[in-house]
Amino acid sequence: MTNILIKLSTMVVLAVGLTACGDRFPGGAGGNIGGIQPGSVNDPTSLAYFQQTIGDRVLFAVDQSTLSPEATDVLNGQANWLLQNTQYVVTIEGHADEQGTREYNLALGARRASAVQNYMVSRGIADNRVKTLSWGKERPIEICSTEDCWSKNRRAVTVVSASLGS
Amino acid sequence: MIKRILTFLCTVLASVSLMTTLAAAQSKPLRIEITKGVIEPMPFAVPVFVAENAAAGKYARDLTKVLAADLTGSGIFREIPSAAHISKITNFNAPVQFSDWKAINAQALITGAVSVSGDKLIVKFRLFDVFAQTALGDGLQFVATTKSWRRMSHKVADAVYSRLTGETGYFDSRVVYIAEEGPKGKRKKRLALMDYDGANVRYLTDAKAIVLSPRFSPNAREVIFTSYETGSPRVFLLNVDTLKRRILGDQPSMAFAPRFSPDGRKVVMSLSERGNSDIYVVDVASGQKTRLTNSPAIETAPSFSPDGSKIVFESDRGGGQQIYVMSASGGAAKRISNGKGRYGTPVWSPRGDLIAFTKLNEGRFHIGVMRTDGSREKLLSASFLDEGPTWSPNGRVLMFFRETAGANGAPSIYSVDVTGRNLRKVNTPTFASDPAWSGLLK
Repeated sequence: MTNILIKLSTMVVLAVGLTACGDRFPGGAGGNIGGIQPGSVNDPTSLAYFQQTIGDRVLFAVDQSTLSPEATDVLNGQANWLLQNTQYVVTIEGHADEQGTREYNLALGARRASAVQNYMVSRGIADNRVKTLSWGKERPIEICSTEDCWSKNRRAVTVVSASLGS
Repeated sequence: MIKRILTFLCTVLASVSLMTTLAAAQSKPLRIEITKGVIEPMPFAVPVFVAENAAAGKYARDLTKVLAADLTGSGIFREIPSAAHISKITNFNAPVQFSDWKAINAQALITGAVSVSGDKLIVKFRLFDVFAQTALGDGLQFVATTKSWRRMSHKVADAVYSRLTGETGYFDSRVVYIAEEGPKGKRKKRLALMDYDGANVRYLTDAKAIVLSPRFSPNAREVIFTSYETGSPRVFLLNVDTLKRRILGDQPSMAFAPRFSPDGRKVVMSLSERGNSDIYVVDVASGQKTRLTNSPAIETAPSFSPDGSKIVFESDRGGGQQIYVMSASGGAAKRISNGKGRYGTPVWSPRGDLIAFTKLNEGRFHIGVMRTDGSREKLLSASFLDEGPTWSPNGRVLMFFRETAGANGAPSIYSVDVTGRNLRKVNTPTFASDPAWSGLLK
């Protein structure tokens, strides 16, 4: 009981901090429940769990924005997590690889982010909890110029942050 | 602080007694045709301009150098080095010894004189057809502040180019572009302004927010561009002199790919809502916007025809990225790109005759041009990534950016003739992308 209280109060502090800077954060809180380090990848309420165990991103085929079966598996996990952790909102950040023109890729990134957004909403996440942002080809995560890297850059990343209202 | 735009006084010099006999007046005037692509550049000589007072010495040398670089850089003229000159020009008004210039095969001769008076620079020049032994046009005099000496060179170069080709020049112009620094995954981008030849670089934004694809207003006093300053892509209008900027109109969602109408009163751009990008035209003064396309496809990269009646843009409504033309008020669009691969970034030539584009085919990028009906496609470049053509003020030259491959890959700006000849790198202090050329400065 004490542990849970500590955890809740820490969460509030964390949420306030987040509201102020509006950025991503490593997640988790103090305390220790049932041998699981809260905030660690083993804590199913943690952001580390969201990012690493569920997976925070889905990948796309060249010039496509349709969701593959692998992608929908990941998004099902994300949606379930968001249904349970209602204090969070997400921004879906859409990206393209460098094999496209700049403005087209901005539009393509928006289309990919929107595909994920629509899927999340179809899985029961409230519309106002899912925002989108396109980076086009401006922020590659891998920088080589082969399909190895390009396949990882054609992505939509679900960035979790604390809700203003939680 | 508002900088006054520079005014150039331009005076016709009395073309007097100094011109030698009109011996060859009946022969055809010296003229170089640039329509087919110049294979043999016209040889010219430009002896260092005469310094008419002590303070003018350095300006005379530098001005002559920039003038020669402009003409040589165009690829249609070739300078005969001063070491080969037989005559020296020490008096701007003395008769020209045509035989001395003919002997070194200079077809055109440019003479000039420079004087400094306070902060004013006075530049005079004459152009001669050496073989016809006659002046080509009247002598001209330009007056401006010493600070803008490079523009004086460009003005003289434009006059020479115009007299020898029969077309307007493009040297007295600027380019707005994106200066890039830092590693490939975390590029810092700033809006930058330079002379067309890469000189006088000035930064217009800091590197806090990603900025993309700037374009000039018709009078080059304002730049419209995309910025992440508010967290997501929005279209901003920036005054080049005051650096004041504002979001153009009401942009509830992501906005990008802006470009001015030829009269400068409107901006055409893409707005993206729920992943769907469509083209809108926004009134600059009122911010009022009108939707021009309405389809689930990606519709972006719009560019007006120079008469303002049509818009060329790219769309994947047919399944892949292709180029379409529609009326400037929207409505039905006709696809004009027909070759293999994808086509994007269409830009209408200021002459109205051609559309430049980026083509992606079999893993290579090309800059190309086609007629406005899509016929006569011609590719001008090929590399790992060539993108984003922009036209010189006279529609004869294109700039674009070329990005090299790999983890250390980075962009640079290049120029190429519309014929595909004379590919050159434009030297910039940082990596550089997204060039947009101004019109001729006033």
